[in-house]
Amino acid sequence: MTTQDTHDTNDSEIAAEVRQLETVLEERGIVDGTELDTIIDRFVTTASPANGARVIARAWIDDDYRQRLLADGNAGLGELDLSSGGLAGHVPFRVVENTEHTHNVLVCTLCSCYPIGLLGASPSWYKSEAYRSRVVREPRAVLAEFGLHLPEDTRIEVWDSSAETRYMVLPRRPAGTEDYDETELAALVTRNGMIGTAAV
Amino acid sequence: MTADSGSASQLPRFRPGDRVLVTQTDPAGHTRAPRYVRGRVGSIVEQQGDQVLPDSAVGANAELSPQPVYAVRFAAGDLFGDGNHSVTVNLWETYLEAADP
Repeated sequence: MTTQDTHDTNDSEIAAEVRQLETVLEERGIVDGTELDTIIDRFVTTASPANGARVIARAWIDDDYRQRLLADGNAGLGELDLSSGGLAGHVPFRVVENTEHTHNVLVCTLCSCYPIGLLGASPSWYKSEAYRSRVVREPRAVLAEFGLHLPEDTRIEVWDSSAETRYMVLPRRPAGTEDYDETELAALVTRNGMIGTAAV
Repeated sequence: MTADSGSASQLPRFRPGDRVLVTQTDPAGHTRAPRYVRGRVGSIVEQQGDQVLPDSAVGANAELSPQPVYAVRFAAGDLFGDGNHSVTVNLWETYLEAADP
């Protein structure tokens, strides 16, 4: 059996267990199925990397906002009517800033925690065992495989979201964008840049 | 689920800069102390609010009081024997002990 076969079998088994669990919870009145569907639909349809890009663009253009965002990620999101919150309650949010000397990259080694509301659904590679195990061990090599070759004297900081806190990377503003407005800046920001597997 | 930081029930034991040791345990039940940092020493970067400890948040005697969670930074060399990067992991206070400086 190939690794992929095992992985697919595990996924379908887990999916079946989740459906069974949801059914039992609904039958016992612990979960309201309609409410659950509404919450999930709302979250899935509003979740998008365009949200994260707005935050990045605002931080690039407004240095006071950038400092407020770095000091309190949740408050920074609130200023733009955004939220890190998923399905339940307060989710602590932390923005980590790339500089000339430091590059940040995010992972969840335990599972695949990800700021879905700000970046949309997570990519398969982010959830892969390969990424989750290798990026903490050899980040420079992993980033190179993504096409990001950092100078040897750039320090790499890997952030493992092993608790409730969700992270987002604030990429460096590209050179030559001094005259760009927020919309044009936001268009430069990629999802991978906000995870840390791209420069921007 | 997630903790409301307004209902913090204890003062944090650690402050930024403190050296901490991740307890070397292998619990039978659920835990969110990643194996690659167990038994390793890192430095407190900052506290990440107060969150419910997942290890004891289930079952008949569930403990649902939030406790401090910290971002703890480890040098790659200390974790893996090589590498010049750092890894910052979020760890519940229960997982940590003070380390000799």
